[in-house]
Amino acid sequence: MALLEVRDLRAWYGHTHVLHGCDFTLEEGSVTAILGANGAGKTTLLRAVSGMIRRSGEIRFDGQRVDRFSCEDIVRLGVAHVPEGRGTFDRLSVEENLRVAATARRSNGDVKGDFERVYGYFPRLQQRKSQQAGTLSGGEQQMLAIGRALMLSPRLMLLDEPSFGLAPQITRDIFHILAEIARNASASMLLVEQNAAVALELADRAYLIETGRIVMSGTSDEFRADETVRRTYLGY
Amino acid sequence: MELFVQQVITGLATGGIYASIALAVVMIYQAIDHFNFSQGEMAMFSTFVAWQLIVWGVPFWIAFFLTVAVSFVAGLFLFRVILKPIHDGPALSQIVVFIGLLCIFNSLAGTLWDFTVKPFPSPFPEGNIGSSLVSGHDLGMIGVTLAMLLAVYVFFRFSTMGLLVRAAAQNPASARLCGVRILWVTALGWGLAAAIGAVAGMLVAHKVFLEPNMMYSIIVYGFAAAVVGGLDSPGGAVVGGFLVGVIDNLCGVFVPAGDELKLTFALVLIVAVLMFRPTGLFGKRVVKRV
Repeated sequence: MALLEVRDLRAWYGHTHVLHGCDFTLEEGSVTAILGANGAGKTTLLRAVSGMIRRSGEIRFDGQRVDRFSCEDIVRLGVAHVPEGRGTFDRLSVEENLRVAATARRSNGDVKGDFERVYGYFPRLQQRKSQQAGTLSGGEQQMLAIGRALMLSPRLMLLDEPSFGLAPQITRDIFHILAEIARNASASMLLVEQNAAVALELADRAYLIETGRIVMSGTSDEFRADETVRRTYLGY
Repeated sequence: MELFVQQVITGLATGGIYASIALAVVMIYQAIDHFNFSQGEMAMFSTFVAWQLIVWGVPFWIAFFLTVAVSFVAGLFLFRVILKPIHDGPALSQIVVFIGLLCIFNSLAGTLWDFTVKPFPSPFPEGNIGSSLVSGHDLGMIGVTLAMLLAVYVFFRFSTMGLLVRAAAQNPASARLCGVRILWVTALGWGLAAAIGAVAGMLVAHKVFLEPNMMYSIIVYGFAAAVVGGLDSPGGAVVGGFLVGVIDNLCGVFVPAGDELKLTFALVLIVAVLMFRPTGLFGKRVVKRV
């Protein structure tokens, strides 16, 4: 059974209809990428799944209907959304940022172990753990956002453009760590990216979204082999 | 010189009032990231509740703690019923609601208990201590304020709930994505601010006498104290309260016509601090990379 199953997802900002009925599924343990140009509805799609905005349609997480759940309740089921803009608590320290997420975990289990795990993936965060989070660089804030998501001990991570505004080298570092997290099979991932090349490297499957509609789906290899995708989104 | 020392001590005593109000201001600022302009009137209303209980024959301390509990619950409900619908609204809508609440509480208190000035009892010993101008009530008030400060400090610094209150105020969307039930957390902040305000009101009322407009000038000093100390620093707010009390008192005595200019002076202080040190004396500078 699929971990996430979405049918006819529609979403609005005020009166503007942004998603026009999207269907997709995500298998447990997989990384699925949603590709598309600026303004295609990728961020909206993630926000609709995690309940940040008004939406309709059917969303099943682990078989359970969650489309009427509030954002907090969806998070508490184990869906960790790493938002666009990283959502740093600027005036809290790095460690306090992580602690906030640790309060809402599914199980009260090994919080200390999760701190160690996050600091293991991102030693930079450990060095700066008592620093005000607003002073971190863009890359470090992205690490913190991923770390916060890990503190929720999630089953599914929703990643909104982890590469946004980062230097190519930092982007590579972050995607390496995401690959490691995925490999350790601790969480499945739904990844939204403009940078199709790095996204397809990490993902098993992908969907292409254009103006609020899913227009193509397939494995990462199929995407890379597709002539139109290659020209439009990979740029060679 | 003796006059100077005397006036400083008197200023500290008055400063206790401002410090306790400033503490409530900082509490709500931590919870909602805004000033609550109706804070003073909420405190005044709570004090009337205590007064009514005492008039009905309830012993002082029972009335005191009952009022604190009622204020906490009332603050909680005020948020859930009136402020929740506009919680995501623009700052200006919220400020308009705060000003509306200010008028409502003021008029409601006037309607229920009329505008005549009422004495409010003090639980502390009467009279001055030794030959000083400091009364037993002043000392008691300072003690209670410091105890509240300690409690607030411990709450924000060490408790998980305090951490969640700060997180929810700073970045509500992100707090929700961390699974924080922000509407309840913010409501808790309102409840605590209302409770602290109630304590402050009951301490202040003995000095300025109880009437619906009793907070009118005190809240300005309270805001000044909070701004001077730093809006995100409970300790700063208390220090700011004492500072404002002392400077204000000295200004009243040593500046010609200073007595009439006292309130003006508090406002000048707010503007000056915001111009030269917007974070206040103890506030953390928010550094943000762009």
